[in-house]
Amino acid sequence: MTSSPPILSVSDLTFAVKKKLELSFASLSVRGEVSNLRKQASGHIYFTLKDANSQLSAVLFRGAASRLSRLPKEGDELVARGSLSVYSPRGTYQLIIKEVEYAGSGPLLQRLHELKIKLQGMGWFDKEKKQPLPKFPKTIGVVTSPTGSVIQDILYVLNRRYSGFHLILNPVRVQGDGAAAEITSAINQFNRHALCDVLIVGRGGGSLEDLWPFNEVCVAEAIHQSKIPIVSAVGHETDFTIADFVADMRAPTPSTAAEIVSENTAEHLMRLSKLKSGLLQTLRAQVRSSKQRLEALMKQPLISSPYALLGVHQQKLDMIQDDLTQGIKQVLVKSKMQVEGARRQKEALKPTATLNLLKQNFAKSRREITRAYLEQVQVRKTKLDQLIKLLRALDPRNVLERGYSIAFHEKNDSVILSKDEVQVGESLRVRFFDGELIVQTTEKK
Amino acid sequence: MSEEKKQTFEEAYERLEAILEKMNGEQVSLDKSLTLYEEADALITSCQKRLAEAEAKIETLLKNREGNLILNEEGSPETASFAPTRHDSYQ
Repeated sequence: MTSSPPILSVSDLTFAVKKKLELSFASLSVRGEVSNLRKQASGHIYFTLKDANSQLSAVLFRGAASRLSRLPKEGDELVARGSLSVYSPRGTYQLIIKEVEYAGSGPLLQRLHELKIKLQGMGWFDKEKKQPLPKFPKTIGVVTSPTGSVIQDILYVLNRRYSGFHLILNPVRVQGDGAAAEITSAINQFNRHALCDVLIVGRGGGSLEDLWPFNEVCVAEAIHQSKIPIVSAVGHETDFTIADFVADMRAPTPSTAAEIVSENTAEHLMRLSKLKSGLLQTLRAQVRSSKQRLEALMKQPLISSPYALLGVHQQKLDMIQDDLTQGIKQVLVKSKMQVEGARRQKEALKPTATLNLLKQNFAKSRREITRAYLEQVQVRKTKLDQLIKLLRALDPRNVLERGYSIAFHEKNDSVILSKDEVQVGESLRVRFFDGELIVQTTEKK
Repeated sequence: MSEEKKQTFEEAYERLEAILEKMNGEQVSLDKSLTLYEEADALITSCQKRLAEAEAKIETLLKNREGNLILNEEGSPETASFAPTRHDSYQ
């Protein structure tokens, strides 16, 4: 017969565990080494208590922390007093610490210390054995994680300093099981194939456990045996590992490591470019001054003015030119006159010229004829006037003025020539020079 | 880097500085200056070449599952060009 256990919800189970655990471990003391310590802005301190085989999350709340004479730090071996608590949202349990009692350095630090003394005794840290770093490394090797910050920091620094570097990364794990073996093998690989001139071995900051591979003997040995000079860059400035002591140079950070290996090259490149600009400047200055000298020369009267050299000749030339001009002018005038004479001669032979001459002659004759005619007219006119005077002297009316009268028949206006024509009593008209009278004949005699 | 090359570097610098000094002197003709400058320029270029490759070369070694390097036919390690990916945490 089988009995199936009751089905619980996760919360039910967690609550049950919580109740049981918290009741059972309401007050306890636990001994362990502090690692992975994180101090939050809230003032709470979280860390892991560990020994060789196990680890336990621990929290020191702000209130409890403030009552401590000394705060725990990484690697501290301590006895913590407090209670177990289950953190339901995550299903984890942790030690809530109320009091702390320190018990000296932890085993990891102890091991580190022991190894350090041992290797120092073997002369691995000796300054005389450090290899000098190459001044101008052509290829820079890096042993680190391909995804970590170290390679990025190194590349950032190198890229900023100069563009023409050659970097070879040997990607490795830098924490956890097998990391030490990978790092060891990577260093050996670089050496076996002589892949680079200098090697940076490192990782970013972390807990003592995180950095531990760099405290392993195998890594220390690989660094010690490397023919390629090694710069270590493990953790932060305050972290020291065995690798740092064995390495030919310890850089406090990966960025510094990159600066150290590229320092000379960058400096020399800068020096070269400065030299180049200096040379160029000097050359430019010289070209400029040569140009100025040339310009000054150009201003010399002998060069600047063509007259200085050619003046005399120019003047002579001018004079010759004047003479020539004068001569040509004379020839021209003479020729002109000849031409004019010829033209006139020719002109004279023209039919129009003959016609003109004839016209002129004709006009002259005409004028003479007119004058002669007018003279004749005048002569005739004078004669006519004389005749007119003579005639006027013969006019009967002029006789009347001298006292003569003319008698007309009153009836028919005929002149009475004889007394016989008139009867007594007949009326007569008698004309005087100044008028007429009608008279009556009274008698005949 | 060999001792000989370092020497050559120093020699190059000495020569460069001598050239600079000469060019700064008054007596050098422009023609001579141009010749000197050409010499200096060639020296600088060769030094720069020796100090740095023309282009950055960033490589990563290729490894098999066992963590051994993958070698080509000549026995040299195979590489691939490397571009770092954004890191999420310190490792």
